[in-house]
Amino acid sequence: MATIAADERSPGAVGPGPDGPRTGRNRAGRKLKLRNTLIGWSFILPNFIGFAVLTLIPVFALFYVSFTNWNVFGAAQWTGLDNYTRLFGDASFQKALFNTFYYSVFHIPLTLAASLGLALLLNRKLRGVAFFRTVAFFPYITSVVAIAVVWNMLFSPEFGPINQFLRAIGIDNPPGWTTSATWAMPAVILVSVWREMGYYMLLLLAGLQTVPAQLYEAARMDGANAWQRFWNVTLPGLRPTMFFVTVMLTIQSFKIFDLILVMTNGGPGQSTLVLSQYIYQKGFVENQFGYASAVSVALFAICLVVTIIQFIANKRRES
Amino acid sequence: MATLDTPTPAAAPVPATLNPLNRRPRDAGRSAVAKALGYSAMIVAAAAILLPFAWMVISSLKTNNQVFTVPVTWIPDPIVWQNYLDIWARSDMTTWIKNTLILSVTVTVLQVVTGSFAAYGFSKMRFKGRDALFVLYIGTIAVPWQSYMIPQFIMLSNVGLSNTLWAIIALQTFSAFGVFLMKQYFESIPEELSEAARIDGLSEYGIWRRIIMPLSVPAIASLTLLMFVNTWNDYLGPLIYLRSPDLWTIQLGLKSFIGQYNAEHALIMTGSVLSVLPVAIIFLLGQRYFVEGIASTGVKG
Repeated sequence: MATIAADERSPGAVGPGPDGPRTGRNRAGRKLKLRNTLIGWSFILPNFIGFAVLTLIPVFALFYVSFTNWNVFGAAQWTGLDNYTRLFGDASFQKALFNTFYYSVFHIPLTLAASLGLALLLNRKLRGVAFFRTVAFFPYITSVVAIAVVWNMLFSPEFGPINQFLRAIGIDNPPGWTTSATWAMPAVILVSVWREMGYYMLLLLAGLQTVPAQLYEAARMDGANAWQRFWNVTLPGLRPTMFFVTVMLTIQSFKIFDLILVMTNGGPGQSTLVLSQYIYQKGFVENQFGYASAVSVALFAICLVVTIIQFIANKRRES
Repeated sequence: MATLDTPTPAAAPVPATLNPLNRRPRDAGRSAVAKALGYSAMIVAAAAILLPFAWMVISSLKTNNQVFTVPVTWIPDPIVWQNYLDIWARSDMTTWIKNTLILSVTVTVLQVVTGSFAAYGFSKMRFKGRDALFVLYIGTIAVPWQSYMIPQFIMLSNVGLSNTLWAIIALQTFSAFGVFLMKQYFESIPEELSEAARIDGLSEYGIWRRIIMPLSVPAIASLTLLMFVNTWNDYLGPLIYLRSPDLWTIQLGLKSFIGQYNAEHALIMTGSVLSVLPVAIIFLLGQRYFVEGIASTGVKG
């Protein structure tokens, strides 16, 4: 290092005398900084190049493609806002949009309630808690295809175990589940809550364990009952985790795709058609990449806006 | 587990003996009830979670026309192991498993190496632009893959990668997930260790390889297991990119098998069991790492 500093001093010496050494040291420092930056980048680059090429560029390209009439063959033609005006008149798009919200409106609170319930249950001195945690998490790491096919059989209207059970407890006319336009979406919601609750349970459980035990003790001393302790100690302590879980859960809900694709393929009719699937259909089945990109922008915008609203709401509640 | 430090009604007795307020008997009775309620809730929930899997395994051991009976038969009679032999002959299960293994192993290795490498840059080095870069990574959490799969597909097709296994490798390897998980863990390793190594003349790459990585075995294990399972289970990526049947993964294969033999319920369940089995085994062996990995990042895929 010292030799470099000495070398650096000669150009610095052109300036006023006393500044010479200090400039030299600055230069050496700057050189060190540059070296650090280069090494830092060299660590990040192997992953970042892939990340930039496969994620960042497509995200930006998306907006461009959505203004064109690109299909697989031929070049893209700029069509301005055509794709977007078409969205407004597209009944299938509106159906998909409606279904996506329908799914989310039930899936988010139900999953939140179920996973919070499980987390509270596991956050107690009971035997078998570790085993139960394993069990509850298992559906989440099982493949969607296997899960969808099993549930489809369980839901089978005539001889499926679920309807047999419903008939046994006195419901003479059990729903047709995935074969019925009315019941297909509830069936999908049920399966997705079942599948995801174990995952969010783990996150909430980690959050619950950060709530200080003294707070519960203090609340108990003050004579708070179980419900009051939950409402005034547990929930406020859990707020950061709850916020994170809600944001993740919301994005997960809006992008729901694979489960529906395998369970109902959007049907019967369009009763379970959701946005992601509509993108897939327009893009990969009908090769209308331009229009599919406009639908993608809609999905992107919804996720972004809802996430921003959640962040603002969270900030406001904190202050 | 650290669950134990939260007082529950069951933890009350010790202070209660010293408690001047006379509420002990009521508390004890209440805690027994609460405990019983807790256990029954746990049993009911565990049953609800496990029944579909049980039904899957049981059905795979039945003859086809025994799958849907009224009432449901919970114990197959006779137990039909034949399905587990037939499936290999009637499907390309071997090819599917081979492809899936190639993908899962490659993706996992690449993700662990590039992810931990980048994580080192983000957590252990200080340089200009670092935080802005990291914000870019975080920002993409809120962007669903479904919304940019089209431009991504166009790009990968243009460079001739669609309909090759490379497409899936490229897609899965560079997810931000590995970077998060490893960064989170690296930050818990004291900076003094790196400082000491630097004074001893070890380069940053040397510190990564000789100090940080060996200390991060639990995080590496978490990432390895999560990535492996994630790639094994991926359905959408292969669905879009892998068109020729000899490239199909187990999930794609299983799906097409279901379409082809949609009345062969028992055989379909056999295929499902086979597709879940490796994941189940990995999960049971390494469940601690799954749980820690999820709890530390809260993000998956």
